[in-house]
Amino acid sequence: MNRYSTFGTALHRLAILCYVVFALFPLFWLLKVSVTPNDLLYSEGVRMWPSRMSFEHFRFVLAHSAFPVFFRNSMIVAGATAVIVTLLASLSGYALSRFTFRGKYWLVALMLLTQMFPLVMLVAPIFKMLSPLGLTNSLTGLVVVYTAFNIPFATFLMQSFFDGIPKELEEAAKIDGATQFMAFRQIVLPLTLPGIAATLGFVFTAAWSELLFALMLISGNSAATFPVGLLTFVSKFSVDFGQMMAAGVLALIPACLFFLFIQRYLVQGLTAGAVKG
Amino acid sequence: MASIDIRNVRKNFGIVSVLHGVDLSLENGEFVVLVGPSGCGKSTLLRMIAGLEEVTEGEIRIDGIRVNERAPKDRDIAMVFQSYALYPHMNVAENMSYGLRIRKAAREKITAAVSNAARKLELQPLLARRPKALSGGQRQRVAMGRAIVRQPKAFLFDEPLSNLDARLREQMRAEIKKLHRDLGATSIYVTHDQIEAMTLADRIVAMHEGVVQQVGSPLELYDRPANLFVAGFIGSPAMNFLSARYEVSGGTAGARLPDGTLIALSSDYQLEEGAAVTLGIRPEHVEMSPASESSLRATVDLIEPTGFGIILHLGLHGLPFNVFTLDRAALTAGPTVTVAFPPPHLHLFDETGKRAASLQKGTG
Ligand SMILES: Nc1ncnc2c1ncn2[C@@H]1O[C@H](COP(=O)(O)OP(=O)(O)OP(=O)(O)O)[C@@H](O)[C@H]1O
Ligand SMILES: [Mg+2]
Repeated sequence: MNRYSTFGTALHRLAILCYVVFALFPLFWLLKVSVTPNDLLYSEGVRMWPSRMSFEHFRFVLAHSAFPVFFRNSMIVAGATAVIVTLLASLSGYALSRFTFRGKYWLVALMLLTQMFPLVMLVAPIFKMLSPLGLTNSLTGLVVVYTAFNIPFATFLMQSFFDGIPKELEEAAKIDGATQFMAFRQIVLPLTLPGIAATLGFVFTAAWSELLFALMLISGNSAATFPVGLLTFVSKFSVDFGQMMAAGVLALIPACLFFLFIQRYLVQGLTAGAVKG
Repeated sequence: MASIDIRNVRKNFGIVSVLHGVDLSLENGEFVVLVGPSGCGKSTLLRMIAGLEEVTEGEIRIDGIRVNERAPKDRDIAMVFQSYALYPHMNVAENMSYGLRIRKAAREKITAAVSNAARKLELQPLLARRPKALSGGQRQRVAMGRAIVRQPKAFLFDEPLSNLDARLREQMRAEIKKLHRDLGATSIYVTHDQIEAMTLADRIVAMHEGVVQQVGSPLELYDRPANLFVAGFIGSPAMNFLSARYEVSGGTAGARLPDGTLIALSSDYQLEEGAAVTLGIRPEHVEMSPASESSLRATVDLIEPTGFGIILHLGLHGLPFNVFTLDRAALTAGPTVTVAFPPPHLHLFDETGKRAASLQKGTG
């Protein structure tokens, strides 16, 4: 390795390091505050780590707040949304990728259109629609809304993954004796696992952290999701940072587990060797 | 094994017409090669036979039964794609057995069929590997193996060797020929490669712009091309063409070149005196001769030794003209040479490009 490329590599690594530090620092701070005892929070000045660590906030959040309920609600909403959206988006994405049908152009245009408006504009009409159906203040209502708003993007995402799978693989399967659906299930779907994992992850995190609709459609603690729940730590006179951060750290856990679980499908190169060129 | 009948088949993609009425019949066990320039509709025809593309008009019959409306899976045909299209998430054995597995064949039968095919194609040591861990030639063999395990009624090949290097292609060509000899399955094979077409085919189908130009044995197409297109397409280096006028003087037919030279023909033709014709001669049939009445003087532009022979690029009245010779003396050919055209090797085409009909029997 010559000197120039060593220097180049070092510069490259440095740039990545800077980015990672910048991106992860807020998370670090979250963790730091969550383990800082209340009496040290303001008395120690700005330190990278408190002189004494305590898990009192965690204990309080888990035992004495409504946080476990928020957490459960969020799990239900985000999980259900992710599964439903991914299921529907893989079907619609496949259709968009493989079939030509009348109105395809308009369908795509319509789906794009739904992505163009700020959601705030839609809160009132949606509330008006959901309330006679009894879907306000319910997790089902949230799942319906999240599903509706995530499907267009998820569909395009899945379509791009399907586009990356050579058509000839399915044709070969059909000639081998498969029906269109068998070719989809046995050949295409296994090769789309990275796409499915990415879509699941994307929709899950989007639904997990959604605040606007959760805030507007839900009142009261019983059906509140975690982002709304976080706001309960803000009282009229003070913000309980320690507890809020502890709740935040706990809320990160499912997302981390989720990505840990799907990351092996996120690797590229699953279709390597299928076709030459 | 089966017979395949293609009757007046047309194909339109929207308003674009790609095939304009193709007729072709394959007998049981026949090996037919489709050749033609890029975009002439070879793959489209093959895909229609496989059921991957709808037939706009006409009829395709396999073993006498109309299959236009049948799904690919119900046609019992195998296809080898140019890109191989191996299933990347399955190993070699699974790739080959997929067709049998989804048809719910008995396990012993599957194992037997796979090991049989693997032995034929020398794939035994690779059975547990995924396609990405195979070389191009090995992938090609797996694709062939996948086609043969099912013992389908017919094989379709769409340029199966075009992704391989020259040496491997030669080797696989021989293997395909052997395979066909052993299995005797009806096959349609698409290729760009002259040698593949000549060596593999029982019959060659030459296509151009969605129309079949000629069907015949390899030597028929080489010796008696039906029109200018086939004459120019079959053979390498390609046939030379000269425009001339048909003349009969003193009882013998000839072709008068623009410079006045009269080229003798070996027979009379059903042509009018003075009709515009195109004279064709293959580079390997041109004779380098001492100057004579009917010989032509040409300038030497380029000398290409191929090892086996020599290709001379000449200028004849300013037009390019090729000669292929085995005579090494040509390597030192001077600035000009004289060439002569032996009458039996001349091809005559009329104004419309069709082969002119000769009045006597002979090779003309
Ligand atoms: N799905 C399609 N939609 C529109 N036109 C198509 C489609 N498939 C093929 N064509 C057109 O049909 C014509 C014939 O295509 P085809 O693939 O059969 O050619 P080919 O003879 O196999 O050529 P090559 O030797 O390059 O493979 C081409 O002009 C191509 O552009
Ligand atoms: Mg083709």
